[in-house]
Amino acid sequence: MKILVAVKRVVDYAVKVRVKPDRTGVETTNVKMSMNPFCEIAVEEALRLREAGAAAEVIAATIGPAQSADTLRTALAMGADRAVHVLHEPDPVRPLLPLAVAKILRAVALQEKPGLVILGKQAIDDDCNQTGQMLAGLLQWPQGTFASKVLLDKEKQKATVEREVDGGLETICLDLPAVITTDLRLNQPRYATLPNIMKAKSKVIKKVTPEDLNVDIRSDMEVIEVTEPPKRKAGVILSSVDELLDKLKNEARVL
Amino acid sequence: MAAMVVAALRRGRGSCSSRVFAQSFRRFASTLVVAEHEGGQVKPSSLSALAAAEAVSKENKVSVLLGGSGPALHKAAEHAASSHPLVSEVLVADSDSFAHPLAEPWADLLRSVQQKGGYSHVIASSTSFGKNLLPRAAALLDVSPVTDVTAITEERVFVRPIYAGNALCTVRYTGVDPCMMSIRSTSFSPTTTEAMSETKVAPITQVDLSFLSEGSLGKSTWVSLTSQDTERPDLANARVVVTGGRGLKSAENFKLLEQLAEKLGAAVGATRAAVDAGFVPNDLQVGQTGKIVAPELYMAFGVSGAIQHLAGMRDSKVIVAVNKDADAPIFQVADYGLVADLFEVLEELLKKIPDKK
Repeated sequence: MKILVAVKRVVDYAVKVRVKPDRTGVETTNVKMSMNPFCEIAVEEALRLREAGAAAEVIAATIGPAQSADTLRTALAMGADRAVHVLHEPDPVRPLLPLAVAKILRAVALQEKPGLVILGKQAIDDDCNQTGQMLAGLLQWPQGTFASKVLLDKEKQKATVEREVDGGLETICLDLPAVITTDLRLNQPRYATLPNIMKAKSKVIKKVTPEDLNVDIRSDMEVIEVTEPPKRKAGVILSSVDELLDKLKNEARVL
Repeated sequence: MAAMVVAALRRGRGSCSSRVFAQSFRRFASTLVVAEHEGGQVKPSSLSALAAAEAVSKENKVSVLLGGSGPALHKAAEHAASSHPLVSEVLVADSDSFAHPLAEPWADLLRSVQQKGGYSHVIASSTSFGKNLLPRAAALLDVSPVTDVTAITEERVFVRPIYAGNALCTVRYTGVDPCMMSIRSTSFSPTTTEAMSETKVAPITQVDLSFLSEGSLGKSTWVSLTSQDTERPDLANARVVVTGGRGLKSAENFKLLEQLAEKLGAAVGATRAAVDAGFVPNDLQVGQTGKIVAPELYMAFGVSGAIQHLAGMRDSKVIVAVNKDADAPIFQVADYGLVADLFEVLEELLKKIPDKK
């Protein structure tokens, strides 16, 4: 069985983002970019499943500009076997939406025929939390979102997924093929070692375009503006618990 | 009608008003709210979705969709029928297929109900249920949904946070009906019962479930739910939240925080560090990837204030931070800060705050 993992290149999670003065978006030039943290967890999970004998091959896929190949190299250095790069130049007014990404991934999945697709639960830039669910819907496959534990039963062709839901943890059982999206607690992603980074350079990245895949990437959303969130007014540092209680009672009136 | 014309003119901002007129007449808003229920009541987060429907348009014909089985469902339907003056119909999908929140049958249900009702908007709350279901249903309907809407400025113009709340993005939905969105429930306050005409009770209709025979039924099965039984208020809707971070050092020390929460009638939250260290279960995590809260009072103990944590609480009305490190980023958003040992502060607070009730 093959596992397909979708990865996204995003502004590094530790960067304090700045909104562009013309309000068209967030500054991304000369900003550190990395693999989306949830996608790292997805790659790690796919590798662990392969190492446990549940899968034979791990394929990483991304959609984005030429620089996104770096993100695929990272996935290959972690241990993915090969990669697919769907080239797409971003347009700030009409950014690529999860629906278009899901349609592209569906086309990739129909070509590669994986038994499982693993994605992050959300990208930390657009915070959409949609692509995995949409892909599952388009493929008519069952979905296990916000996974914190995944068990594969190769014989029965089933996946048992423990999900992080509002009230606690929910366990569901899915028929394969299925789509799984990762939550933070699924695993601790490994670091790529130098030899593996070197090895990754010789692994294959197949380049395709959305047109090659026959996917129409129309957008039904228009970004009007991106602004800074309202600033909170400066607070005060107090010197004692008594002062705090007094302020909460008499100034803020919340106690 | 006059109100509609005025609204249409406003939307058109003056020019090309005839086209705007035509659009606004065609698009007399009708909204489907996908609601969750518990113990025979519509959940507060779903009541917020009703408030969002009102924000879409004051003249919105709202249908509420409820699914599940048994007497609790029908009790919740009665609650939904009188839950908001704009509710014109309650749709009840009574089947064991909807007893558990599995995305596959639910998405098929939503598609079927949308295809019959032709709603202009579909709204759910950004709970784990809403986030799991809505995008799947949207893909089946071939439309792009909007996640985590915090403000509705026009019928199809929305504000939503991106980059962990460090930027706000205003988007216009330009696609075909329905315009689908999940809303951030802390941004929409539900209508209070006093504000409503008590006589209005919407009719309750059973949904035709013939679509269930085909499709993706049976590809997924529900096994179990391990929930944290707690007496305290629900984190997402609590008036006061006390949160602990890595600084609490152990699960044992979290008990102190729980005692304080008890006294304040507060919910307990945690940072990712506290969850990862095993101090508390993950469903207490507040942040970009956990729960988004906006209580009246948010008290952070031993929380440094990472970007990802701030994303989940920056809209709280009053923020109190207690941390030993005067340079901790949490102090930049705190209204009141105490640079002190949190254990000493906790002890003193426990002594000085009188018991509730």
